[in-house]
Amino acid sequence: MRGTRRKRSGWSWWYLLFVIQFVIVLWPPLYNKAEPYWIGIPFFYWYQLLCVIIGAVLTAIVYFATED
Amino acid sequence: MQDVNWIALTIFVLLFGFITWLGFAAANWRKGDLDLLHEWGLGGRRFGTIVTWFLVGGDLYTAYTFIAVPALAFGAGAVAFFAVPYTIVIYPILFLAFPRLWYVCHKHGYITAGDFVRGRFGNRWLALAIAVTGIVATMPYIALQLVGIQVVVGALGISGTGFAADLPLIIAFVVLAAFTYSSGLRAPASIAIVKDILIYVTAFAAVIVIPIELGGLGKIFAAVPAPKLLLAVPGPNTTGAYGAYATLALGSALALFLYPHSLTGILSASSGHAIRRNAAMLPGYSFMLGLLALVGFFAIAAGVANAPEYAAGFKQFGNNFAVPALFLHSFPSWFVGIAFAAIGIGALVPAAIMSIAAANLYTRNIHREFINKNPTDKQEAQMAKWVSLIVKLGALIFIIFVPTQYAIYLQLLGGIWIIQTLPAVMLGAYTRWFNDWALLVGWAAGIIVGTAMAAAVNLTPTYPLALGGFTFPGYTALYTVILNLVVASILTPVFNAMSARRTLSDETVASDYYA
Repeated sequence: MRGTRRKRSGWSWWYLLFVIQFVIVLWPPLYNKAEPYWIGIPFFYWYQLLCVIIGAVLTAIVYFATED
Repeated sequence: MQDVNWIALTIFVLLFGFITWLGFAAANWRKGDLDLLHEWGLGGRRFGTIVTWFLVGGDLYTAYTFIAVPALAFGAGAVAFFAVPYTIVIYPILFLAFPRLWYVCHKHGYITAGDFVRGRFGNRWLALAIAVTGIVATMPYIALQLVGIQVVVGALGISGTGFAADLPLIIAFVVLAAFTYSSGLRAPASIAIVKDILIYVTAFAAVIVIPIELGGLGKIFAAVPAPKLLLAVPGPNTTGAYGAYATLALGSALALFLYPHSLTGILSASSGHAIRRNAAMLPGYSFMLGLLALVGFFAIAAGVANAPEYAAGFKQFGNNFAVPALFLHSFPSWFVGIAFAAIGIGALVPAAIMSIAAANLYTRNIHREFINKNPTDKQEAQMAKWVSLIVKLGALIFIIFVPTQYAIYLQLLGGIWIIQTLPAVMLGAYTRWFNDWALLVGWAAGIIVGTAMAAAVNLTPTYPLALGGFTFPGYTALYTVILNLVVASILTPVFNAMSARRTLSDETVASDYYA
């Protein structure tokens, strides 16, 4: 884009940030509990919704860090 | 069934009329020559970040999702929330693999996954396998979208017998078929914007208004029976519900972008950058899906299952009626009309994209490859338009004449089948290491074993894999794609040795995969 022909290399260390979002949601023992509640919602549910936001932020960080 | 809800019905029909007009008007949006397949079937690859966001969002978060995920929460509880980790892990996958695929497809004019595999591996039989898998996996998915329409039409109080009962569905189908035929991918892209605004309004209204009516979230979760509130803690020597939950999320995520309609949405983006940006922006939908899953619990707390006025609906549609019943119970009629229109229109968008994607596959990888090798551009686009009609007609006939449960079974099997294209398509975007025939054998092994495993557990998604005294219940699709990879990896050196003299056929080069 923007006319630059700089080649994007295949790998960036920033991609390791993605590992975080895999681990925090794919390991259910981490969050399969009701306590602590937040505004009446059991931990199991609000934690995973929070992970959506964390995942989006991490992806945005990787995007800006790897974009030319 | 309850009486016809005239206010809701009027708003529903008005909104439907509006998107019908929009679908036809879309032909002139970012105008292109619709006699070219990439114009009709990929919108000319001209959609920027925002339109792609709406299109892919409208494509992946379907009406059926919005009905079925809360229905699963309503019926089975916590396990339904696997949809949240699932939609979290899809985005790194989207970010890493699919811009590469976009660049190479853009460079070589590929429109389908089959086109890419044909070019990358030079094997038309492998491309045929990819195309057939895509078409077969997509068909029941389209049928399930029509179920979404059926449920809301039923909830509006429209009922009848025989032909009259199916009439609303047939009307919706004719509308869908007509604007898809005339406008191609531009129609669902423009309608997706309306649909998503309606869905967001509905979802946020639901999670704000209903808890207030029901006396707060604390009260709602207190009404959920304890076994449904959390996953069951696994016993000794098994990963139990934890393994099932995580593998369902991961396997579904790996399968998602292999579906033809996902790829069509991605390839219609105007740049690889637009795809990367979307990987960070699409979680907006994941958050909403998570909120909607909670709506299943609201339905438990509201007690709609025991309300006599909804008994007929539950009898006809099962737990899929939970969300419509809750909306009828909680919202004024005019808003019910908006909410149901959101679901109904939410069915048309993915159904249109799916039929276009299946048509592209047939046209490019079956018809052009095996029947008419040198079509003109116009013939090719015309063929795709006809096939998109046939595909939708097939789905309609299926839903009218075959029990809905079969469509659900087939959609489950479709997930197991489509993931078998992962080594050729997703890994193919990174490496040409695999031997094409080895990929084909791996694909076949995955399909056969996966189907057998699913049949062995009465067509439920998880299979209790037993290994040395331990049991690992997990998503069959994930297990069988691992088998597929192992087979392909073992056979690759074997097949390469057997045909040592042949040069590697690959029309793409490394630089095609970058900006």
